[in-house]
Amino acid sequence: MEEINALLHGFSVALTPVNLGLMFVGVTLGIIIGVLPGLGGANGIAILLPLTFTMQPTSAIIMLSCIYWGALFGGAITSVLFNIPGEPWSVATTFDGYPMAQQGRAGEALTAAFTSSFVGALVAVVMITFLAPLVAKFALKFGPPEFFSVYFLTFCSFIGMGKGQAFKTLAAMMLGFALAAVGMDTVTGQLRLNFGWHELLRGFDFLVAVIGLFGIGEILLSMEEGLSFSGNNAKINFKVVVETWRKLPRYWMTSIRSCVIGCWMGITPGGATPASFMSYGVAKRLSPQGSKFGTGQLEGVIAPETAAHAAGTSALLPMLALGIPGSPTAAVLLGGLLIWGLQPGPLLFIEKKDFVWGLIASMYLGNLAGLIIVLTCVPLFAAILRIPFSIIAPIIVVICAIGAFTVHNAMLDIWFMMMFGVMGYVFKKLDYPMAPMVLALVLGDRAEDSFRQSMLISQGSMDVFFSNGLVGTIMGLSLMLLFWPLISKLMALCGRRG
Amino acid sequence: MNIKALLRASFAAVANLSVLVVPVTAGAAAWEPTKPVEFVIPAGTGGGADQMARLIQGIVAKHNLMKQSLVPVNKSGGAGAEGFLAAKEAKGDPHKIIITLSNLFTTPLATGVPFNWRDMTPVSMLALDQFVLWVNAEAPYKTAKEYIEAVKKAGPNKMKMGGTGSRQEDQIITVSLEKATGIKFIYLPFKGGGDVAVQLVGKHIDSTVNNPIEAVAQWRAGALRPLCVFDDTRMPYKTKVTDKQSWNDIPTCGEAGVPTDYVMLRGIFMPGGVTAEQVAFYVDLMKKVRETPDWKKFMEDGAFNQTFMSGKEFAAWIEKNEALHRDLMKEAGFLAKP
Repeated sequence: MEEINALLHGFSVALTPVNLGLMFVGVTLGIIIGVLPGLGGANGIAILLPLTFTMQPTSAIIMLSCIYWGALFGGAITSVLFNIPGEPWSVATTFDGYPMAQQGRAGEALTAAFTSSFVGALVAVVMITFLAPLVAKFALKFGPPEFFSVYFLTFCSFIGMGKGQAFKTLAAMMLGFALAAVGMDTVTGQLRLNFGWHELLRGFDFLVAVIGLFGIGEILLSMEEGLSFSGNNAKINFKVVVETWRKLPRYWMTSIRSCVIGCWMGITPGGATPASFMSYGVAKRLSPQGSKFGTGQLEGVIAPETAAHAAGTSALLPMLALGIPGSPTAAVLLGGLLIWGLQPGPLLFIEKKDFVWGLIASMYLGNLAGLIIVLTCVPLFAAILRIPFSIIAPIIVVICAIGAFTVHNAMLDIWFMMMFGVMGYVFKKLDYPMAPMVLALVLGDRAEDSFRQSMLISQGSMDVFFSNGLVGTIMGLSLMLLFWPLISKLMALCGRRG
Repeated sequence: MNIKALLRASFAAVANLSVLVVPVTAGAAAWEPTKPVEFVIPAGTGGGADQMARLIQGIVAKHNLMKQSLVPVNKSGGAGAEGFLAAKEAKGDPHKIIITLSNLFTTPLATGVPFNWRDMTPVSMLALDQFVLWVNAEAPYKTAKEYIEAVKKAGPNKMKMGGTGSRQEDQIITVSLEKATGIKFIYLPFKGGGDVAVQLVGKHIDSTVNNPIEAVAQWRAGALRPLCVFDDTRMPYKTKVTDKQSWNDIPTCGEAGVPTDYVMLRGIFMPGGVTAEQVAFYVDLMKKVRETPDWKKFMEDGAFNQTFMSGKEFAAWIEKNEALHRDLMKEAGFLAKP
């Protein structure tokens, strides 16, 4: 009951005309930031942070967190329309979202993406409201071995994703790991694989790779196919929203599963990106339509979007309750708290009730505002696909280039983007799956760091991964997923004999 | 000595002289930025240097300290080498400043990236950041001495010290501590100071050498306990941070019988080849920033050592510290292979 009173008080703080105005400004800015690949939520907030220096802390965080919500929503738009993930966590959305758009179902895919984002966020906010202290403690249980087991689980839930040969999946994943290893090695503090070339010391950024592989690669393919741009028969009617809503309740199981994965990954701080991949992998495994994933399944959009938004939202919980950021964006917001003269950490809930509950209330309102804005724009977004390819393609290339440049303000990244574009084209032609490579690129160095930290702790013994119930269970689960094809074959064999 | 060399020497002398003369003659018509100034942060978003840089940007905007705006840009690649190389390449560009931390010294020494602070122009020191030895509040050790005894008793490579990065300040302090007391930790590198503090709260590591601002939230919540500060004097802040203690109540490590001290530079540099009056503008700007109440509050929250230096005094300090880092890192075996 206490929480409900506090929340109502929070609404009274958040519901001033100024704050509402800031909320809409924030969400709109966030959507734009989300749409532009490269300019992520973290960068966007960092740029705007000093502007909020003179505001009330509560108003400031409402605006900045709304930018964050907007970016979470916006990331899906270009993923679905052009196969270019606007944000890292929307990579998995492209797998089924883009095929849907090509079939003329862009409106449906977008509606599903936005709605499931909202559902994911809502579940996460409810959890923050009622379970904050309890859940925050859970995050503390995660040391290096536990982190490694979570990354391992993500990789394992993804093996067997590609429809092609397992060897190709493995090759793509290994290439991803190799690219992730370039640059600074956290554990030894040494540069590696840069061959004395200083431009390479920042390594290959995941976003640059994704923009190239998906965006530029796709354009190269369309060029080969005679500049045709499928999907231009998209319905641009508002009815599509209602029709999609009718279909969504069928996938309640996927939604619940994705919410759980998302909340868990957000709190532990795995973050939204691994959450979306893991959720997609698990949905593919467990859904009756699993084998059709990748051809434009609604479920394949719902799973990653729900999890990404749930993770993105719950990532704010450890930040508020413990002062640990669950995502890069949360890290910037954390810096903001200090600048506004607030001390993040366990006492924030007690000392700054107005601020905390105002923020939590604004999470409800901000997400609702975001949903309204993006849903009303669905027909508009879908209409973009009607623009002839000869006009839209150069615009996409320019946006991709700007995106790749923004990541590090480096010209070289644009060349890397082109290189990855060619790579994406070759991958498609030779039927190598891109997802495992992207996954390895985004999680590779984090998985490596936590593995090597674990090895330092145990002084080289692998027992550390089974040293307590938590890490043991996650590792066991991962190994089961890894060998599932084998296990299921064995079981079938035994069943036939018996 | 041949005539050519003599000529060159005398030209150099004249050139040096003219550098000294310029500020006097220019005097009142002071230089001012004519376009937005890029503020390079050789570290990631959300870290200590990033927070400080964005606070400075906020203060400059709020109090109208400069006509042009200050635009922070993170260049964190290769432990900050990316940012330093950018400053090195921008020789003569007065519209670029860079905030530095200890990686000014440690990155070139540890990685062999061709860059040295002499490639840049020192502007001013903003503050010195302290390091504190922290343990989990539930651990039985009440003093640094007790903790060191416990580490000694446990034997080498048993107790875990967490820190930010590898071959950087946290590990340097760990090694000096080991040298001074004859113990051996397992050093675990993490990506950021916040992560390190939380790992300690979760008892995945035994101690840290976090900066005050990285661990203060957990201290106030009663999750962490400070044992000693790695400096030769106590921190001056006497306002109570927790119910019982202020920063001033934390003994120095020397007092606690663990003779190690280390402070980290937070300073501002410009690219090389800029004029004295351009430097003077930024020295003056930073002085104004330091006088604002916002800055003072930030300093107190983070228990910073508010030493301010500029000009020759600052350059001498850097020189001394560079030598110190070289010695410490050489002893620890952290220098890059030539």
